[in-house]
Amino acid sequence: MPVIRFIFDGVREMFRGPREYWIWLAVLSLVVLFGAARYSQQLTEGLVVTGMSDQVSWGFYISNFAFLVGIAAAAVLLVIPAYIFDRKDVKEVVLVGEGMAVAAVTMAILFVIADLGRPDRLWHMIPVIGRFHWPISLLAWDVLVLSVYFLLNLAIPFYVLYSRYRGKEPNFRLYFPFVVIAMFWAISIHTVTAFLFSANPARPFWHTALLGPRFIASAFASGPALIIITLQIVRKLTSYNVSQTVIDLLALIMTTALQISLFFVGAELFTDFYNEGAHAASIHYLFFGLGGFYSLKAWIWFALALNLTAVVILMIHPLRQKTLMLNIACVLTFVGIWIEKGMGLVIPGFVPTPLGEIFEYWPTSVELAVAAAIWAFGVLIFTLLAKAVIAIEQGKLRYRAKDAMYPL
Amino acid sequence: MSNETGSGNDGDKFDQARRNFLRGIGMGTAAAVAQPAWGGQTFQDTFADFFQKDYRRMSAEEIEAALERIERKAQARYDVEIECQNTPPQPGVVYGYAINISRCKGYRDCVHACVKENNLGRDSQMQYIRVLELDQGDFNLEHSDHYYEPETVPVEGKHYLPVQCMQCDDPPCVKACPVEATWMEPDGIVVVDYDWCIGCRYCMAACPYWARHFNWTVPEIPAEEMNTNTHYLGNRPRPRGVVEKCHFCIHRTRKGQQPACMEACPTGSRIFGNLLDPDSEIRYVLANKQVFRLKEDLGTEPKFWYYSD
Ligand code: SF4
Ligand code: SF4
Repeated sequence: MPVIRFIFDGVREMFRGPREYWIWLAVLSLVVLFGAARYSQQLTEGLVVTGMSDQVSWGFYISNFAFLVGIAAAAVLLVIPAYIFDRKDVKEVVLVGEGMAVAAVTMAILFVIADLGRPDRLWHMIPVIGRFHWPISLLAWDVLVLSVYFLLNLAIPFYVLYSRYRGKEPNFRLYFPFVVIAMFWAISIHTVTAFLFSANPARPFWHTALLGPRFIASAFASGPALIIITLQIVRKLTSYNVSQTVIDLLALIMTTALQISLFFVGAELFTDFYNEGAHAASIHYLFFGLGGFYSLKAWIWFALALNLTAVVILMIHPLRQKTLMLNIACVLTFVGIWIEKGMGLVIPGFVPTPLGEIFEYWPTSVELAVAAAIWAFGVLIFTLLAKAVIAIEQGKLRYRAKDAMYPL
Repeated sequence: MSNETGSGNDGDKFDQARRNFLRGIGMGTAAAVAQPAWGGQTFQDTFADFFQKDYRRMSAEEIEAALERIERKAQARYDVEIECQNTPPQPGVVYGYAINISRCKGYRDCVHACVKENNLGRDSQMQYIRVLELDQGDFNLEHSDHYYEPETVPVEGKHYLPVQCMQCDDPPCVKACPVEATWMEPDGIVVVDYDWCIGCRYCMAACPYWARHFNWTVPEIPAEEMNTNTHYLGNRPRPRGVVEKCHFCIHRTRKGQQPACMEACPTGSRIFGNLLDPDSEIRYVLANKQVFRLKEDLGTEPKFWYYSD
C-alpha cells in the first residue's frame, strides 16, 4: 500500500537529521514535558492554580487562543497567490504555510482545552452522544470551524505531497474546490473567533462591530511576520528554494494590514474617548488604568510602540527591503499584536466586571509553563511537518515500487 | 475522572477499584462493594458518573441512580447524609422577584442565608448575592462599593442594591453554552447541570449581571453546616471545575416555600412569587409600583425587578 509507505516514509523522515536537529527536538520536548507536569498540578488542584477568578474568568490561555487563530488564518495569504494567482514562487512554499496553519490550530485548540474546568468531559461536545449547541453557541461554532480548518489544512497538503511522492503531478481540478473552501474557511475561523467575543453585550469592550475586521487586519500583519521569519530560517537551514519575491510579497501585505490594523485601533480610541461614557471604562483601564489599577497600561503602550515602530520601518521602502530591518519589523509586529490581541483584548473585557468591580489578573507560573509547553508543542509539530514536506518537495522522498514488496 | 482532588496514591486506589469492579462483575451484580476508591468513590460510581447523560436526556431511572450517586458522593466527601431530590416544576408557575430598594438597609442577611442554604464553598467565599453600596441618587454600578464594612449600616447618604441572578427570560448565558449544560426550566429558573458543564466559562463572560461563579477548586463545606435538603439542579454539593449560580432556591420554591434570602430579610424588602398568578403579591407590585430592571437595554428580560416606596 503506497499510502502506508508514504506515511511511514514521512514519519521516518521527520526523525532523521543531524545532531543539531535532534537537540532542537529535545529542547522542545523538554519544554513540553515541563509544562505537562505543571498542567498535572492544574488537573489535580483545579484552576485555582491559575491567576483567574470569578471577576476575570478568562486569562492567558484564551488570550493565546485568540492570537493563534489569527496565525492559523494567515496561511491563506500564501494560499491565495499560490492557487488563485498561480504564482510559482509562492506555490513552492505554500505547503510550509499550511503546515504552520496546522500547528497554529493545534495550539489554539490545546489552549482552549487547557482552559477547561472539566477536560474529562470534552466528549460532551460531540454531537449525538453529547450535546453540541450549534448553531446557537458561538463557542460551538468556533469548535466546528477550527476542526474543519484543521482537516482542510491536513488533507490538501496530504494529497499534494502524496502525489509528488508517487512522482505524479497532483490533479489541480480535483483539489482546487477544497482550496477555495479553505480560503473562505480561513477568514471564517478568525471572524467566528472575533464574534465569540463581540457577541456579548455584557462586555462593552468586546461588543463592537469593529472587532471582526480588527481581528482579520491584525492577523494579516502578525501572520506574515511569522511566515517571513520562518521562511528565512528554512532557507538558511535547508537547501530548499525560498524565493525572495515571496518574502517581498508577504512584507507588502503585512505593511498594508498593519496600517489598517492601527487605523482601526485609532478609530476605536476616538469613538470611546471623545464622549467618554460607561462603555469606555475597560479601554480606560487598559490605556490609563482605572481606580488605581493599571497592570496592563505599560503593556499596551509597549505594544502600541512596537506596532508603530514596525509600521514606520515597513512604510519606508528602502528600509523594508533591508533584510535586517524587515526582520526587526516582523519581530516587533509579532510581539505587538500578540500583546494587543492577547492579554490586551481578553483581560479588559473583564475589568471592570458588569457590576463595576475592579479586580486585576496576572498569569501564574502554572499558566506561563503550560502556555510555553503548548507553544513548544506547536513548534515541534511544525518542525516535523516541515521536515517531511521539504524532503518530499525536493524529491528526496519518493515511492519506489520495489520497496513496497518488502513488508514494513 | 472523579470529582475529587486525587490524593497521592491513585495507583493503589485504581488497583483496588479494579478489583472491586471485577468482583462486582463476578458476582453478577451492580451492587457497589462499598470500598472507598478514587477519592472515596467506587469504580462503578466513577464509571457511571463519567458516562452520565445530561439531565434532560436521562430517563427517570437514570435520574434516580444519579441522585443516589450524588448522595453517596456527599457521604464519602463530606461525611454527611444528604437527600438529593428532583422536584419537578409546578405547572402554571413562572417565578419572579422584586426588591424594594427604599427598604433595603444593606444588612446582607440574605447573602449569608444564601451561603448556608445553598451549600456554597466557604473557603472560596462564593456568594450568589452581592449587595452594592451606592451614594444616594447614584445608580452607576461602577461607583458601587462591593465590600462595604462600616460599623453599622445603613450609612447616611448611601443606598443599597442587592444583585443576584436575574433569571433572564432571554438569557445570554444559555445561548453561550456550547454543550447546553445550562437552560431555562419551565418555571423560568435558569439552571446548570453540574455534571454536564465542561467548565469553559463562556457563560460567565456572557452574563451581564456577574451572576455566575466558578468552582476554582473543590468547594469546602463543614459537615455540620451542610444543608442536607438538596436538589439536583440546585444546592447539591458541586464538583470542582464547573459553573454555578442562584437558582431561586429551587429545592424550596418548587415545594411552595420562600427562597432563603426572602425569609432571611429582616426588612421585608424582598417579594417573590408566581408571575402567572394575577393575585400574587409580585403581580401587585408590578402593577402598582414604579419598577425598573437593571440593564434593561441589553434585552435580556430579567425576571427581577426593583422598586421604591
Ligand atoms: S442573570 Fe446572568 S446567569 Fe442569570 S439568567 Fe441572566 S444571564 Fe443567566
Ligand atoms: S461553563 Fe459550563 S454552563 Fe457555562 S458555558 Fe461552559 S459548559 Fe456551559
